[in-house]
Amino acid sequence: MNDNNERRVVSVIVVNEASVLSRITDLFSGRGYNITSLTVAPIPDSKYSRLTIVTSGSVRVIEQITKQLHKLIPVLRVYEHADLVEKEMALVKFPITENISDISAICDAYNGKIVNVGNDVVITMVADEPKRVDHYLEAIKKYNPKEIVRSGAVALER
Amino acid sequence: MQISGAQMVIEALIAEGVDTVFGYPGGAIMNVYDEIYKQDKFQHILTRHEQAAVHAAEGYSKASGKVGVSMITSGPGFTNAVTGLADAYMDSIPMVVISGQVPMSLIGTDAFQEIDAVGISRSCTKHNYLVTDANDLPRILKEAFYIARTGRPGPVHVDIPKDVTAQIAEFNYDIELDLETYKPHVKGNPRQIKKAMEAIANAKRPLFYLGGGVINSNAAYEVRELVHNTGIPAVETLMALGTLSHDDKLRVGMLGMHGSYAANMAMSETDIVIALGARFDDRVTGKLSEFAKNAAVIHVDIDPASISKLVNANYPIVGDVKNVVEEMLKLVSMVDSQNYEPWRETIENFDELHPLTFHEDTENIKPQWVIKRVGEILGDDANISTDVGQHQMWAAQFYPFTRPRQWITSGGLGTMGFGFPAAMGVKAAVPEETSINFTGDGSILMNCQELMTAVEKKLPVINIILNNNFLGMVRQWQTLFYDKRHSETDLSVQPDFVKLAEAFGGIGYRVSTKEEFDTALKDAVEKNIVAFIDVKVERFENVMPMVPSGGSLFNMMLLEKKESK
Repeated sequence: MNDNNERRVVSVIVVNEASVLSRITDLFSGRGYNITSLTVAPIPDSKYSRLTIVTSGSVRVIEQITKQLHKLIPVLRVYEHADLVEKEMALVKFPITENISDISAICDAYNGKIVNVGNDVVITMVADEPKRVDHYLEAIKKYNPKEIVRSGAVALER
Repeated sequence: MQISGAQMVIEALIAEGVDTVFGYPGGAIMNVYDEIYKQDKFQHILTRHEQAAVHAAEGYSKASGKVGVSMITSGPGFTNAVTGLADAYMDSIPMVVISGQVPMSLIGTDAFQEIDAVGISRSCTKHNYLVTDANDLPRILKEAFYIARTGRPGPVHVDIPKDVTAQIAEFNYDIELDLETYKPHVKGNPRQIKKAMEAIANAKRPLFYLGGGVINSNAAYEVRELVHNTGIPAVETLMALGTLSHDDKLRVGMLGMHGSYAANMAMSETDIVIALGARFDDRVTGKLSEFAKNAAVIHVDIDPASISKLVNANYPIVGDVKNVVEEMLKLVSMVDSQNYEPWRETIENFDELHPLTFHEDTENIKPQWVIKRVGEILGDDANISTDVGQHQMWAAQFYPFTRPRQWITSGGLGTMGFGFPAAMGVKAAVPEETSINFTGDGSILMNCQELMTAVEKKLPVINIILNNNFLGMVRQWQTLFYDKRHSETDLSVQPDFVKLAEAFGGIGYRVSTKEEFDTALKDAVEKNIVAFIDVKVERFENVMPMVPSGGSLFNMMLLEKKESK
């Protein structure tokens, strides 16, 4: 089944009710599908939530994922995105002793900035395409990041 | 009106037209059982195990076409029922299973008989609910029945904490359901149907591939009409038996692992498969890459996820089989039955080459003979349930089915212990017809406590045990593929089945000749109480023909030819 594993972003609109997230994740684990990342938050002024799932699989697997998701009773809509705007956020904690102006300049290049300065650490935030976030995390390696947290991708069809 | 959650359950069941509930009480569901005691609108059948309660409701549902209902308590009551839920889910049986749960205040505290029931049932139900407020109960129960019987049917589990069944709230069942996220697609796309009919008209070797969905959508008689009006041969899956009468000239037989040679060869040579409510299960297709290799595929199914899941569909049609077949019937003049005459002859030749048969060459009764004999004696008058294993395949191969819903078996999950309780459910649904359970000496012990239920509730199921002192199907695989190492499949040590039946107040027969069998069966039908007929059959008989697991349909192991006497 793993021929031509392709990275895909799937958005799912679900009724915001108890255990709906387990229904989604159980489906992925039960049927052996991958989840690279998953984000979820309520849609403002509605009874729905929106999940953004980054997954991978062959064309047939992706088609099954969308169909099986749609089969779940609380699922309103499933979008398998082709043409989309996709963003991900990353927070990184650096020792204050590192070169802050270098770090700040790199953040600039990736849609980010320093968001918190403490006695011992600074925290930066960048928001960009997941690929670019990868590059950013590569670039800041030499400044001894102490902690990194990524949000997982969110996406909207163009 | 203001009533308790427990009363709501009763009122909802009555409003849904439920006449029989199969269940087993316990602590967390006691409030509901108290209300069952007070009412006389539906009967409650007390099984002796929760698994059997769910299987009985499955049998009831399969025989009647109605939603099966069972009721159990929390914790072990629920976990015992899980096999039944999974079985109903795999075979798309409409069911509502109601379980008690510990009170809300105790949920999450590892309370006595607490288990995360909805967490467990999530992966083996169509949908499930944990009710947290009695005000939601009318809507949830109404949704549960609606979801169970519409679309691709399936079991719905409703878990109700004990304090919710005690809570008083407003009950109004006369509500419009607003299921914005659940809208099954019933009507097939007319353009797609027309394109499919054109493709059939242009084909030389079309073949109907009928699945359990035909039975579920009550489309068997429409399908018969379509088959006859087009003159296109048809194969059936295990779940579709009874769609066509056994003696229908266009019926090629069951396909798959133990299907007939003709059915499997027809599937291998067809140029267009018309799949109606079938899901290309691995026991049907064998090696996928060689299944109907040169054929285009028309796939009609109410579940979009079944289409192109395993075999790519050239003509996908999402819709209810009955609805789509009715539309196809309107276009039937596009198809000229004459065109398929050579194809029908080809299939007839397949059947003549290797007909579905067996050799009566031993002193012991052949198990297949028993099946055929019951068919000769009872035929159309009996509904046939089975357990799982060799006897199940022989029943599928040799019983002369004449109508839909005559055949009740555990297909997808393959649950040993299914047959007896299911046959009780069948008897409860259609009391005027004889309910037979073909079983094996392995399977019958997995729910034999139901003798008690059958005696108490006067459900005279006739259990015919094809006794070969083996866990036969596993033994067959060990013989064929494990160099005859019969690991843990020898069941020579077994109970006295006659005494076992008698101990519960049933009747038992021990049979080792054909004459004894005839006498026993006739006597059991006459006596009209639950019976075990323990038939000593040939020990090493194999189910043939056979497609070895993962093999191609056209590469069957065949019955050895013998000179006819």
